[in-house]
Order: sequence, then structure tokens, then C-alpha cells
Amino acid sequence: MSPAPSARVFVARHSLVVRLTHWTNVAALLVLLLSGLQIFNAHPALYWGDVSVFDRPWVAMFAAERGETAVGLTKIGPWTFETTGVLGFSDNQVRGFPAWATLPGYRSLADGRRWHFFFAWLFVLNGLVYWSAALVGGHLRRDLLPRRGELSPRHLAAEAAAHARLRFAKGEAALGYNTLQKLAYLAVIAGLLPLMVLTGLSMSPGVNAGLPWLPELFGGRQSARTIHFLSAGLIVLFVVVHLLMVAAAGPANSLRAMITGKFAVTPGDAS
Amino acid sequence: MNRRRWLTGAAAGALGAMLTACNRLTANAGVQQTLARAEGLTRRAQRLVVDRKALAQEFAAAEISRDFRANGSISPGDPDYRALVESGFADWRLVIDGLVERPMALSLAQLRSQPARTQITRHDCVEGWSAIGKWSGARLGPLLDKAGLKPQARYIVFHCADTLDPNVSPALGRYYESIDLIDAYHPQTILAYDMNDAPLAVKHGAPLRLRVERQLGYKHAKYLMRLEAVADLAGIGGGQGGFWEDRGYEWYAGI
Repeated sequence: MSPAPSARVFVARHSLVVRLTHWTNVAALLVLLLSGLQIFNAHPALYWGDVSVFDRPWVAMFAAERGETAVGLTKIGPWTFETTGVLGFSDNQVRGFPAWATLPGYRSLADGRRWHFFFAWLFVLNGLVYWSAALVGGHLRRDLLPRRGELSPRHLAAEAAAHARLRFAKGEAALGYNTLQKLAYLAVIAGLLPLMVLTGLSMSPGVNAGLPWLPELFGGRQSARTIHFLSAGLIVLFVVVHLLMVAAAGPANSLRAMITGKFAVTPGDAS
Repeated sequence: MNRRRWLTGAAAGALGAMLTACNRLTANAGVQQTLARAEGLTRRAQRLVVDRKALAQEFAAAEISRDFRANGSISPGDPDYRALVESGFADWRLVIDGLVERPMALSLAQLRSQPARTQITRHDCVEGWSAIGKWSGARLGPLLDKAGLKPQARYIVFHCADTLDPNVSPALGRYYESIDLIDAYHPQTILAYDMNDAPLAVKHGAPLRLRVERQLGYKHAKYLMRLEAVADLAGIGGGQGGFWEDRGYEWYAGI
């Protein structure tokens, strides 16, 4: 007997490897971000090129005296903003990012580095598992690479318009990724995440000796540090949009699918 | 309005609780030990990928930084060191002892006549900044051969003249560092007496500092007084192999 037209059925949505690596990545990226900001706070300034020209950072967070009180200031290029309480000066301390954004909350470069490098290994190994499975198991080809026609301007424009109105695929059409989703995920897994590893390794003096072309690829060690920081920011931006999209498209169903693998579909639901 | 205030309060409370939990986790000895395991993995992986003799990148004279920052001690107040500065380091001697066949004490003039190397390299501070400088000094490898390392020797410990932390006993407050024999015999590992073609300034470690180019800045011990060949780092300082290592930093500072 087939179920009644309105009955929900559960369909396999995400493979076990995708689910495990997804949540491992959530944990790893969270720790890497917070401990990364702790490390950044040891010298809250960014430069381009091989070296730090100390009076010419392109980004800097610092504190200054204004009358009796200290203010936090953030310089980006030619502009300086007052960012007291968040950047430059918070909790009565001179510090780049505030305590709530760093791991640990107190100032400790040594502890921040321990967290960062342990989870960097976890992140890299997790990425290798994911990529091997995606290449061998067909996840990349089947689910992520855009199909013929999906990259046409007309198709992309239609999808962008649907996204803007927060209209998402329903029913069986929601079992696959839409093109914008595919492109966003590909940009992260094939672009930003590997870029974090490469720019991170570019800052290692040990790796530099073996692979001197690596930091040069990014324009020098300090440029690599800058790009490491910027692409971390882009990953945060991706996560924010990703969470908003999950919330808009049906958080319970999406979350269940990423935990148990099962996605609820109501047959006959129009897309 | 009340609901919003309640939600904000709850979010702030949850965040506060998480912060406290993270700090407690960080302070936990078991967590620290687990996290510190990554260091061994990093060292082995780098030694696997990077050739023992692979040279750190060298730069052109035009790229030398004009604002090379000095970190750690920049003007040691230790009376013995002050006296050496006053006398222009005339009485200073570098002692090489420990597990060696022929302990030595070398003056600056004697050091300057040893096999030397000049290199323009990038100094990477653990804080994140970099600066390029030109260094000239005696190569450590040939000096160790001259002293004759005993077979049990596994590390070279660098004892320094500066007290960086005056609030603890001298054994813990005095700066020191250590490297293994792979780095000690690396061609770019030198005991530098000149920086940018001039004798080392006090803030950069006069009269002699270590350059171990494939590791971070804190390994490059300044104000060198004594090199000791040892089999084990346990008995020295806090036992972790260096001033900053005793305070939670990695002994292998290749990353």
C-alpha cells in the first residue's frame, strides 16, 4: 500500500560521512576561529608583503587616552573608527578582540596556540576524509558540481530571485542542492577552507624552509597572515548566511537531515 | 520588551557560562596534555616534509627592515651583564661545556675567527609580526665539532645573561633555550655577533645571540653566556627546554 498523498515520508538525504565531517568541522572551525582571534590579539595589526612595517599596518586595533578614559580604535586603511568595548579596548583592557570572542577568554597566546594547532590537525584530517569520500563516493559529482544548464545566466537569475523572496524548493525538489547552494558550498570546501590551510602553513618558518614558494604565492608571510584573517571572516559570513538559510528553509527538517540523515518529504508537494 | 530583555539576559548568561567553561577547560591539566600532543605531530610532519638541510628563505639587502623590533629583554638589568657592557665585553667568554670532550671558553675575537656565515633572513615572532635582518656569526656545527660532542649529547642548551622574570627564582627567571642536534648542525644555525653589518646592539642580544632560522623568534636566545650539551632537558630551568616553553609555549617552534 502506498501512503496517503499527504503523509510525510522520510528519505535518505545526507550520507554518514557527510554528517560526521560536517559536525566535526563545526567544532573545529569554532575552536579555530576563537583561538585564532586569541593569537591575532598578540599583535592586532595586519600588513601586506613579507614583513611588518610597524608604522604602516593596513589594519590595526589599539587604544588611546581621551581625557580621563581610554578608547578603543580600529584603523582600516586610511580610516579610523572608535570601537570601544569591542575592538581595541574592552573590559578595561587593551586588546584587539574582546574576551567573549577568544579562546581562552583571558589573554594567553600560548594556550590559544595549543587549541589552534590541535584543532588545525583535526580540521585537516577531517577535510581529507571528506574530500576522499566526496571524490570516491561520487558526492562531489552527484550533489555538488552544477549540471548542464544550471550555470546559465537565466537559471541563476531565476534562482537568485527565488532566494531573495525566500522561496525554497519543497518536496522532492528539496532533496538536491540548488545551484546557488552548490556554488556557495564549492567556494567554501574547495576555496576558503583549503586557503585557510595554505595561508596558515605559509606562516610557519619550518614549512617556509621546505616550500619557500608557498608564502610567495600569497605575496609574502605577512600577506598570507592578512589573507588568513580575511578568509576566516568570509567563512564567518558564509556560516551566518548558511544558518539564516537553514532557518528560512525549515530548520527542524534540515537539522534532522544533517543529524539522522533523514529528510521529511510530503509526496505531491509542489516545488 | 520584557521577553527581549529576558532573551538578551539568557544569551549573555549562556555566553558567560560558555566562557567560564572554556577557561576551565583550558586550565585543566588533562586538556593541556592532550592539546600539547599536536606539537609532536607537527614536529614529525615538518621533519618528514622538510629536508634536514633545507635552508630558510634568504632575502636581498634592499629588503632589510628599518624597524626591526626587539622583544623579550631589551636592556637586561643583571649586574654581571651591566659590568660586561661597561667593559665593552672585553671579559666576556662564551663557555661551551656539558657533554663535550673539550670544554672551551671563547672570547669575541676568537669567535670572529671561526668558520662564519652571513645571511639575510626573516625573523618571525610568535606574536605574528616579521622583520628582515642581516646576520653574521660563527656556525654552530663546526664549533660543536671542535668541542667534540659526546655520544649521549642530544640537545644544546643556551644559557643567557638576562633575567626576564624577576618574580621567580633565578633558575626559572633567567632566559634559556634549547635545540636538538638536527637544528644545531643546520648550516644557517649561527651564533651571531653582527646584525646589519654592525656589532649586535644590546637590545638585540649583545654580544652574541643564536639564529636558528627555521623556528620562531623566542628560540633565538640573546645575551649568550654558555652552551651546554645535554642528554635530557628535564633538569634545566622548569624542565620544558626554555623560558617560554616553561610557560606553555611549544619547544618545537617551527609553526
